[in-house]
Amino acid sequence: MLIKKGIAASLGIAIGRAHIVKEENILIEQKEIPKEKLKAEIKRFKEALENTKLDLDAIRIKVLNVLGKQHAKLIDAHHMILQDPLITKEVPKLIAAKGVNAEFALSEILDKAEEEFEKIDDEFFHERKHDLFDVGKKILSNLVNREKTNLKDLKEPVVIIAHNLYPSDTLHIRESNKVLGFCMDLGSKSSHTAIFAQSMGIPAVVGLSDISRQLNSGDTIIVDGEQGMVIIAPTAEIIEKYRLRQEELHKQEHFFLRLKGLPATTRDGHKIGLMCNVDSAEDSAELANIKSEGVGLFRTEFLYMNRESVPTEAEQIKFYSTVVNAIPHLPVTIRTADIGGDRATQLGIKGLKDERNPFMGFRGIRLFIKYPELLKTQLKAIYKANLGGNIKIMIPMLSSVDELLTVKKIANDVKTELIEEGYRIKTNPEFGIMIEIPAAAIILDSLLSEIDFVSIGTNDLVQYTLAVDRINQYVSELYEPFHPAVLRLINLVVQTAHKKGKPVSVCGEMASDPYAIPVLVGLGVDMLSVPIKMYLRSKYAVRSMNFEKFSALSQHLLGLSTADEIRKIIEEEVK
Amino acid sequence: MTKKDIKIINELGIHARPAGMIANTSARFACDVKIVKDRMEVNAKSIMGIMTLAAGKGSLITIIANGVDEAQALAAIVDLFSRKFDEE
Repeated sequence: MLIKKGIAASLGIAIGRAHIVKEENILIEQKEIPKEKLKAEIKRFKEALENTKLDLDAIRIKVLNVLGKQHAKLIDAHHMILQDPLITKEVPKLIAAKGVNAEFALSEILDKAEEEFEKIDDEFFHERKHDLFDVGKKILSNLVNREKTNLKDLKEPVVIIAHNLYPSDTLHIRESNKVLGFCMDLGSKSSHTAIFAQSMGIPAVVGLSDISRQLNSGDTIIVDGEQGMVIIAPTAEIIEKYRLRQEELHKQEHFFLRLKGLPATTRDGHKIGLMCNVDSAEDSAELANIKSEGVGLFRTEFLYMNRESVPTEAEQIKFYSTVVNAIPHLPVTIRTADIGGDRATQLGIKGLKDERNPFMGFRGIRLFIKYPELLKTQLKAIYKANLGGNIKIMIPMLSSVDELLTVKKIANDVKTELIEEGYRIKTNPEFGIMIEIPAAAIILDSLLSEIDFVSIGTNDLVQYTLAVDRINQYVSELYEPFHPAVLRLINLVVQTAHKKGKPVSVCGEMASDPYAIPVLVGLGVDMLSVPIKMYLRSKYAVRSMNFEKFSALSQHLLGLSTADEIRKIIEEEVK
Repeated sequence: MTKKDIKIINELGIHARPAGMIANTSARFACDVKIVKDRMEVNAKSIMGIMTLAAGKGSLITIIANGVDEAQALAAIVDLFSRKFDEE
């Protein structure tokens, strides 16, 4: 038995026989081409390019059908590589200059490009060299007129072992339906293959350095995509252990499905609301499918993206109605658009300058207050889409009483205008704010009389409380949702809101973190709003916890002084 | 010859899609277009060349166009950057 540690690229466990994918070696010989035949050689190369183009077209259609638009973009990138002057111009130039065969000229150019890519430190860009080789190999196989060993023709379920898998190989894996899991010598978490594996739900471990030379086809192997481990020739005992774990994971998936429609109630009978976050009309079908209790955060920024003019009232009504109609009678909380100044410029709003620090700048309700017409149009659309009376309105990036009063005045003006137009407003939508800026948490008592509910956006609240931009590599380590300051602020919000009988929801990433859920619920949060794909999982976390216990525990956590202490206790208590 | 310094502001830097957009746009013009970053110079009509620059968010690059339609070429490419490659 041999255990090898790699990088966990895709969750799950696979147990089976290994199938080694041999690197296809196309032996490239240097041949001299006589002068009078150079034209013909260049023509042969151009034909190979044409054939490769046709191959790519065929693959693109398959990818589109099997994996969807996002992945088809990769093939578009391959098309562009094929048109790259490096290939279309440099290769024929080299054939003519050196009087060599097309295969040799192409591999010379590819080798040179590889050297350039090897110099790159950045993992993401470094990994892109595989796209170049994938295309290069396709051209070569068209030149030598030989088919690549095909992964589609697998006869029985196997674990694929390879030095490296190219994006087109992963497609064959998907088609074959016979692949239990896979392991690679190369690769990292951000390589295409890892992303493919995740979207296919196939367990995978990558970055195993020399696994493809450590075993033979037919050997038994376990792929542990949870811990990033591979076990070669495991003992019967280990196989049994992993089988149990595998069953457990399967059961878990099934079990989560059985939670559809059940309430999010703790073991000791404390019920909380469990909602979904949505940001596009495409999400609406899935909302009904998982039997969501409603939408706790409807991000409307999406509507303002990829365009050069502001969305009209009619467009907005249509957009909101798609989601509202998907789950009739259930609450839908629409957040007014949280767009930044750069977006506004692109939408045709003039006079804005680049900001030095956009996160602390002109975004969310700050922008809408300066350009009230934008807010008015959105509010009008929301009122008009509210036929069933189940829409709520939520304001992002609010930091003061003045802002709140201004927004409420605009909302009232809109209502008056609608009534004057002869429009009948049946129900007044509930009105709430996001707590993202610590100032809003601290002065919440002064805001409460004007609002019906609050929702804590933990991503921004953590960022602003700790002054950490989490995409800034120098400080991203300091981003810590379990920092005592964050927990104490959340507690302050819950205590203050409950004193006035107003409910508190949480809609950031913490709301679907299995370790954070018991703490949030323990602190008294009334509702969680989570991404659709985390919905049933989060419900499980709520249903497995004991409210009394975590109420007491959370109070204890509030007295601790470091995130490490807090995490240690939570990890012990949540299993 | 005309040139412009640019700071990369889109989140993912010049990854495959923006690189493709730059290559496609440059290829529409007759003039030579080059991108320079940290003394490394590549042909802006080559997607692979651009990718080898590994220009992530925050890096500084210079775009140099040289030829009959250099002004239009430079303007078209700078426009791609200011539109953040239609990302977001």
